[in-house]
Amino acid sequence: MEKLIALLSSVNEDVDWQNSADLMDSGALDSFDIISIVANLSDEYGVEIGAEELLPENFNSASAILAMIERLLQLR
Amino acid sequence: MQCLFEYLERSAKTWPGKTAFTDGESSLTFAETLSAAQSIGQALSHRYNREPIAVLMERSPQMIAAFFGVLHANCFYVPLDREMSNYRIRAILQQCEPKALIFDSATKGLAEELGFPGETLDYANISHNNPATQAIIKSDFAIDTDIAYIVYTSGSTGTPKGVAASHSNVIGYIDALSDILGADSQTVFGSQTPLYVDACLKEVYTTIKTGATTVLIPKKLFSQPVRLVEFLNAHKINTVCWVVSALTMISGFGTLDKLKPEFLHTVAFGSEVFQLPQFKLWREALPNARFINLYGPTETTGMCCHFEVKGVPETVIPIGKPFPNTDVFLVKDGKRVTEADVEGELYVRGSRVAAGYYRDTIRTSESFVQNPLHNDYPEIVYRTGDIAKYDGSGNLLYISRLDHQIKHMGYRIELAEIEAAASRAPGVAAVCCVYDKDRDRLSLYFTGQAEAKAVSKLLKGDLPRYMAPQSVVRLDEMPLTANGKTDRVRLLKECAKPDNIKNLA
Repeated sequence: MEKLIALLSSVNEDVDWQNSADLMDSGALDSFDIISIVANLSDEYGVEIGAEELLPENFNSASAILAMIERLLQLR
Repeated sequence: MQCLFEYLERSAKTWPGKTAFTDGESSLTFAETLSAAQSIGQALSHRYNREPIAVLMERSPQMIAAFFGVLHANCFYVPLDREMSNYRIRAILQQCEPKALIFDSATKGLAEELGFPGETLDYANISHNNPATQAIIKSDFAIDTDIAYIVYTSGSTGTPKGVAASHSNVIGYIDALSDILGADSQTVFGSQTPLYVDACLKEVYTTIKTGATTVLIPKKLFSQPVRLVEFLNAHKINTVCWVVSALTMISGFGTLDKLKPEFLHTVAFGSEVFQLPQFKLWREALPNARFINLYGPTETTGMCCHFEVKGVPETVIPIGKPFPNTDVFLVKDGKRVTEADVEGELYVRGSRVAAGYYRDTIRTSESFVQNPLHNDYPEIVYRTGDIAKYDGSGNLLYISRLDHQIKHMGYRIELAEIEAAASRAPGVAAVCCVYDKDRDRLSLYFTGQAEAKAVSKLLKGDLPRYMAPQSVVRLDEMPLTANGKTDRVRLLKECAKPDNIKNLA
């Protein structure tokens, strides 16, 4: 989780990654942030994130992003 | 036609009950838009005439009605939005000193916080009066050279520039654009842009002219490609005029393999280069749709060149040929470029050239200039600062900028404006902002005592969100070229590998 938070902070350091739970719904993450996050996750974890994953339930919080990565890793 | 308000009067007569503007939740018919605009016009017209009125509202059908209300009072609107940052809103209000400001329930708190010195008007209170009680309709007296709006664009000195456009500028634009798009009362626009940039003219005024419908798409859907396409389908959207990055957000994640925008038949795009692999995905998904590249600076009111793409081009998509009744020409060494493959600066001539920058004669005289090809009579043309050339078929191809203006997420940005904002931070000495085009990333470098975090925070507060750099880095020393200028090329190379940056100087 720490590694993920560090990665996410490098994309947008002004977001409260530890505590926020409505990042996509509230608009705190814009499309530019999402593109950067997906590119970084794919480099770091080797997961391919398709359009169908780009939903609030997967991006509203750091823990939701982690759950998505773990799910995608298991599918491989 | 001499006043844009006439469009609304006509369409409200022809299509009174049809939806003109909707955001999916709240909607206004043409008749409701007219009635709200007349009521707002009435509230303004006893006090103001040919003066700027600020509209600070949530992006909504009501905000558009407020624009028309301002026009009805023969005043001009200055559109503002919360996402512009308070600093920028204050700078704009100071620059043009609007007489009044219209707010709504979403912006009430901000309007109070701004300490606006003029009259503040609540949309809810001024949009529902009985228009029949009014004595004078001032819009009857507007002539087509009167200013309709001021929209602000990035300025290299740090102060945004207010482009003032007249009714005739917009009328000429929309006449040409609605023909190029083939828009009519069957058209359903899906609008992507905020209402404080001139890009929204396309949907707003084409809708009012042709009886189309504009759906304002919620901004957050542009991070959720599948939901976005579902929204397009749910609202039967058939025409879009988007920045390229909004289209590639859909195609880049493979959305089109799973789900297609089934009603979409006209896709206009611009503001950025459409990379061909992404364009191909769109072409394959919508083989029968029209794809139109649009190009134009805010100073010539909307778009001034268009190119309809047939098939998939081999190299790049041209910006094409001028709009009707507009002359777009290239100048090199004081002469008009006529042959292919010769680069020149792009100039625009014609009735679409805006009035100029509001209350800014110096910057106006730098860009709105006498036609460089003759001195026979006064003829003001707009000098874009864009470099272009002709291809073998006489289509214009965009090459680059003369200065440090860039496009990021479809927004036009002067890097110098970001640098000027950073220079205002205490403890910042030298500063340089570079844009890595390949990674679509803004990076700011500075020297001085200030903490990078503090500078980053200040920038996020003072600049519109799309202008805030993705990285802010403190250097011990700024790298310089042999001539003693900041070495932008070196910074750009290094910003790809942030670990090396500390050793740069």
